[in-house]
Amino acid sequence: MSDPRPLSPHLQIYRWQLTSVMSILHRASGIALAVGAILLVSWLGAASDGPESYTAFQHFMGSWFGLLLLFGWTVALFYHLCNGIRHLWWDTGRGLELRSVYASGWTVLAATAALTVVAWIAGLSGGSH
Amino acid sequence: MSETRLRSPLGRAIGLGSAKEGVHHWWMQRVTAIVLVPLILWPVISVIGLAGAERGALVAWLHNPMPAVLMIVLLVAIFYHTALGLQVVIEDYIHSEAWKLTALIVMRLLCILFVVRGVLAVLKLALGA
Repeated sequence: MSDPRPLSPHLQIYRWQLTSVMSILHRASGIALAVGAILLVSWLGAASDGPESYTAFQHFMGSWFGLLLLFGWTVALFYHLCNGIRHLWWDTGRGLELRSVYASGWTVLAATAALTVVAWIAGLSGGSH
Repeated sequence: MSETRLRSPLGRAIGLGSAKEGVHHWWMQRVTAIVLVPLILWPVISVIGLAGAERGALVAWLHNPMPAVLMIVLLVAIFYHTALGLQVVIEDYIHSEAWKLTALIVMRLLCILFVVRGVLAVLKLALGA
């Protein structure tokens, strides 16, 4: 408050780049997946508690909010998975040139979209019977 | 080769050496990440088939030793990885030492709570009648 110096980066005039956005998304998807992990435990817990708990859980997951959570969970999972592999690849000291970083970045985004679509097509066609 | 010293003069003067765990967090984050790459894809594929399924199908599935064992390993790896990731987030954004410590302890306890709940649920389903 008492310090009038501008923040860096100055968000109103900041030009976003794929690299920084994907870095932030990796952390955001990780936090989202912590919630997703609780969802996984709730699913197993409901099943172990008995048929009534499981039916209630299924009912919740079938609601619009449950489906929204599930959709967010799959997007976050596939993004964090693909980008995590990208990070592990970087850890070997490879793919760090700017051109490769952008190429792998777009690849991760495409793979995330493709895997999410495939998972939901499989889930919706398999879950109906 | 020129001599490369990574330790500060002060560190050398005090002479206590490193705590030998500087890379432990970084290393375990990578190890759990590598474990999770195949392990997370397996339940996603299996669970998609069970998504709309009745509780009986899930119970029957977890009655097999392999799914039960892998599910427990998955839960442990997930919450270990989650605790490491959330630790960095907390350390980055919470600057008050007291709140940081509180948040770190609460976060760890919650991770332990959820992983124990999940493992117990799997054991109950796997070993139950």
